[in-house]
Amino acid sequence: MRMQEILILKIVVRFVIPFIQVYGFYVITAGHLSPGGGFAGGTIVAASMVLYALTFDASQGLEKLSHERASLFESLGAIWYVALGLLGIMVGGNFLTNGQIGIPLGTPGYLISGGLIPLLSFGIGIKVAVTVVSLYYSLVEED
Amino acid sequence: MAVLDLLLLSILVLCALAAVRTRDLLGAVIIYAAYSLLMAIIWLQLGSPDVAITEAALGAGVTTILMIATISKTGRYE
Repeated sequence: MRMQEILILKIVVRFVIPFIQVYGFYVITAGHLSPGGGFAGGTIVAASMVLYALTFDASQGLEKLSHERASLFESLGAIWYVALGLLGIMVGGNFLTNGQIGIPLGTPGYLISGGLIPLLSFGIGIKVAVTVVSLYYSLVEED
Repeated sequence: MAVLDLLLLSILVLCALAAVRTRDLLGAVIIYAAYSLLMAIIWLQLGSPDVAITEAALGAGVTTILMIATISKTGRYE
């Protein structure tokens, strides 16, 4: 009986995880148009990865996202944000200057608009997702 | 809408009191998740859907998982 329950759980989770991740990436990429953004979308993506580690094993989840890879992605997200911010200073504006230094702003209300803001939310999303997942792993891990 | 707000807020206060008074820590965590979900609906009623999405994902999802992981490491009853 218990084996069957675990089988149902595993199959349902394997089916549901892609939908959660697509929704999380939608919240990240549409963050400048609708409610949401990097933090909320990153948390949803992280929830899908924690669901994987809960259903299968934490060691199996750690194979997908080891601590070294997690710290690499975390640092990449932070460096991406700071580099895009410093781009404004390089060209002669302030930190995180957007439209004034000639970045195309696009049509307001469309997906490609807002200049740097979608790229910034993408960096924030990756950083938040990986941080929350590695929080869970470092809490659960046997030491 | 005022009736719905009053109903939500009264259940919210009940959930908060129950989460503090429960002796079973796993039950307290689950009541706290219900509290978070109600809080997300209230944020939506107050007109801030951004905070509502974050509250639903963080408060009801990730915080609950982290607390349950902590309980599985320690004890269930205080």
